[in-house]
Amino acid sequence: MAATTECGADVNTSENNMSVMKALSAASPLTLRVVAECPVTKARACDLILPHCAVSTPVFMPVGTQGTLKGITVDQLEGLGCEICLGNTYHLGMRPGPDLIEKANGLHGFMNWKRNLLTDSGGFQMVSLVELSEVTEEGVKFKSPYDGEEILLSPEKSISIQNSLGSDIMMQLDDVVSSTVSGPRVEEAMHRSVRWLDRCIAANKNPDKQNLFAIIQGGLDAELRQACLDEMTQRDVPGFAIGGLSGGEEKDDFWRMVTLSTDHLPREKPRYLMGVGYAVDLVVCVALGCDMFDCVFPTRTARFGSALVPWGSLQVKHKQYAKDFQPIDPDCPCPTCKRHSRAYLHALFKSDTAAMHYITIHNIAYQLTLMRSVRRSIVDGCFPEFIRTFMKRMFPSRDQYPGWAVDALASVDVTLD
Amino acid sequence: MAGSRMKLELSRVVQGRGRLGVLKELGKTGQHSLEVPGCLLHTHLGTVPHLTQETLQTLSNLPSVTQLTLSNIAEHQEVLEEFKDGFRTFAGLHDAVFYCSLHDPATPCLTGYTTNKTVSVWGSGGRIELTVAKFMALQKAVQPDWYQSMADGETWQNNTSRKRVRKSVDRTLAHLDECLLVHQNSQELEGVEVFGVVEGGDFLEERVRSGRETAKRPVAGFCLDGLQTGSMDQALRTQLITAVTKELPEDKPRLLQGVGRPDEVLACVEAGVDLFESFFPFQVTERGCALCFSFDTSPDPELAGRAAPAVLELDGERDTSGETQQNGDLNPDDQSRMTSFEINLKDKRYKDDFRPLVEGCGCYCCKNHQRVYLHHLLVTNELLAGVLLMIHNTAHYHAFFAALREALANDKLEVLKRRVLGERGRQMEINKTDKSE
Repeated sequence: MAATTECGADVNTSENNMSVMKALSAASPLTLRVVAECPVTKARACDLILPHCAVSTPVFMPVGTQGTLKGITVDQLEGLGCEICLGNTYHLGMRPGPDLIEKANGLHGFMNWKRNLLTDSGGFQMVSLVELSEVTEEGVKFKSPYDGEEILLSPEKSISIQNSLGSDIMMQLDDVVSSTVSGPRVEEAMHRSVRWLDRCIAANKNPDKQNLFAIIQGGLDAELRQACLDEMTQRDVPGFAIGGLSGGEEKDDFWRMVTLSTDHLPREKPRYLMGVGYAVDLVVCVALGCDMFDCVFPTRTARFGSALVPWGSLQVKHKQYAKDFQPIDPDCPCPTCKRHSRAYLHALFKSDTAAMHYITIHNIAYQLTLMRSVRRSIVDGCFPEFIRTFMKRMFPSRDQYPGWAVDALASVDVTLD
Repeated sequence: MAGSRMKLELSRVVQGRGRLGVLKELGKTGQHSLEVPGCLLHTHLGTVPHLTQETLQTLSNLPSVTQLTLSNIAEHQEVLEEFKDGFRTFAGLHDAVFYCSLHDPATPCLTGYTTNKTVSVWGSGGRIELTVAKFMALQKAVQPDWYQSMADGETWQNNTSRKRVRKSVDRTLAHLDECLLVHQNSQELEGVEVFGVVEGGDFLEERVRSGRETAKRPVAGFCLDGLQTGSMDQALRTQLITAVTKELPEDKPRLLQGVGRPDEVLACVEAGVDLFESFFPFQVTERGCALCFSFDTSPDPELAGRAAPAVLELDGERDTSGETQQNGDLNPDDQSRMTSFEINLKDKRYKDDFRPLVEGCGCYCCKNHQRVYLHHLLVTNELLAGVLLMIHNTAHYHAFFAALREALANDKLEVLKRRVLGERGRQMEINKTDKSE
């Protein structure tokens, strides 16, 4: 096993004075220990110590948008070994609202989740869900879909809500531009995101309890990404996210932006690739040096009867499984696969919502197990071999490997046979 | 495959009718038992609505018998026939004792599809017509521990004619004879018990005839059909059940179909019913409500230290804001309406209520979550709302049955009735003078 190096993300302690200087002197409640680094790729296995518990990375973080992971109890989620999950600031800020959640001792108390939480800034949902939103230097202006009232989500407001939610990791408000947009708007958004980062850092009332992550923007333009990286890595934040990707752009552009970012992010801080959750993307992006991932896909697709398996996915509702009496994945150790067959789940889908819960459990187990296996192989020094085995299992033949994945892996010296 | 004959051992009969006892030697190995008065575990295809096995297992003291319904299962006949090993293994529920009924008590049946030779059930893909041959083929595929014989229960609507009711009794007896004939010649069903179905609508003489005739057949117990909530008022139901149970042998269990409200359960137990179907907590869950009625019969709940949940502060606490509450009491017939045994968590008053659903309740939901959270889950249409409510409502309902048995054992039935019904009356008073929004 590789030597453990401990890198406190921050060293200084600060007084409780609210000044801009604080941005450069806050002791963040986060420690990253790099447990092992892959000798071939950029992959690493770390222990990320957060206020509620330690998180083993690489980690997939399931998304519990409205303070609940669709149909799953917190005990079940804990039982699956989940150490950190997401809540959405936009949704929770609307309902039940920050005041109420603060009264409930934060989102942890509200949903009774004992482990770590990460909240987004709310900006992404505003741009993607709300039609009438307008971005100015002040913030994102939008009309509440509930009462039509005009609301301004400023960096300060976003952090204030996230402070009320009490998440272990908060995300800065960034100026999100669709990854398919190009031109001056992307550059404007990048610069604005840098300015908003400073406002978010200044607005954080709980820097000793809540970590604020910066989000690297810059679209698909390497120069802009680089400029954003240069600016943001000068800020003393406990972690970085790679944002503005996973929004329908070409995968060739996607992985190049990811690897450019990890090349310039500090080794001693966690790197969170936002919105990525397909198994192949996870494995490739771990190889490119990312530590944390989130995506609604595994839980959303579960509710439509799609179970994730090492060879892709299995549509439980399809007729072909009506008489298939084996588990979803005979090698899967999850509670669903231990007890129920494809045929029973297929039948249950016609009668009860519990069928969705069974697949949701399985899919979360799949994601978490995959990441644990990835980590194990990094620690054992055999991650490149893991990737080759993984790809062979996922695709029926070599010529079906996605070109971008082959290229991305080649860029970190992994050749697929 | 040799099963054992179920045995009903009565330890007490209160006022000549209310029966306390144990139904013994259930299941393939005969190792399970079920206390009466009691209820069966209501499921969708073997799964308690919304609950995965893991969440279900947070509940203790669940009934040992699980109810399956042919309305869920019929469409999977071919699959089960190919599977061969019965529903228990198919569903991965290896320890369960299964009772298979015809209809799902939580889903009202359409009328007009019954013929002399067939009854119909409605699955996810629509209507499935069952002859006795198909009905019995299904039982052979399911391999339950006991099942209800095929019955024409289409008499529950108001003003069903005497002629129609008589026909239903005749048909049901004919179906029973046919079922028993097939049953006796089916190796797969060796050791499996059959419950005969008593029909008769609201005609006393037809009820008595149906009961008397059914009792002549080699059945293990009786299903009382056509008396469900919505078909008649409780006074008439009590009268009919009282008359029918006189015709039934003392040593065989009587299962009442389609009745689940606590007040009705109490009255029906007093009339001689042993078993119920636990669809009521599911209905309460589906309307976003939580059972909260008290059934604590100890003189001082504070000192009693009982495991059963008790509602300590009731006054003005239940949902009294909308007309649903009053309708629930004025129209006990409508099964979708809220009753006074529950609170409506969607109501605004719970938006900042940091208490558990029921103080002192030991269920997973009450131990881990607050009303404010349930309210949030309901207004945001989150799936977890159904999960948590179902856990609580199931726990609460079965604890009520445990309290009912304890009351029968300790001569406290009157205290229990006052507790359960008295509050209900009081609640109606509160409704009238309610001051909230």
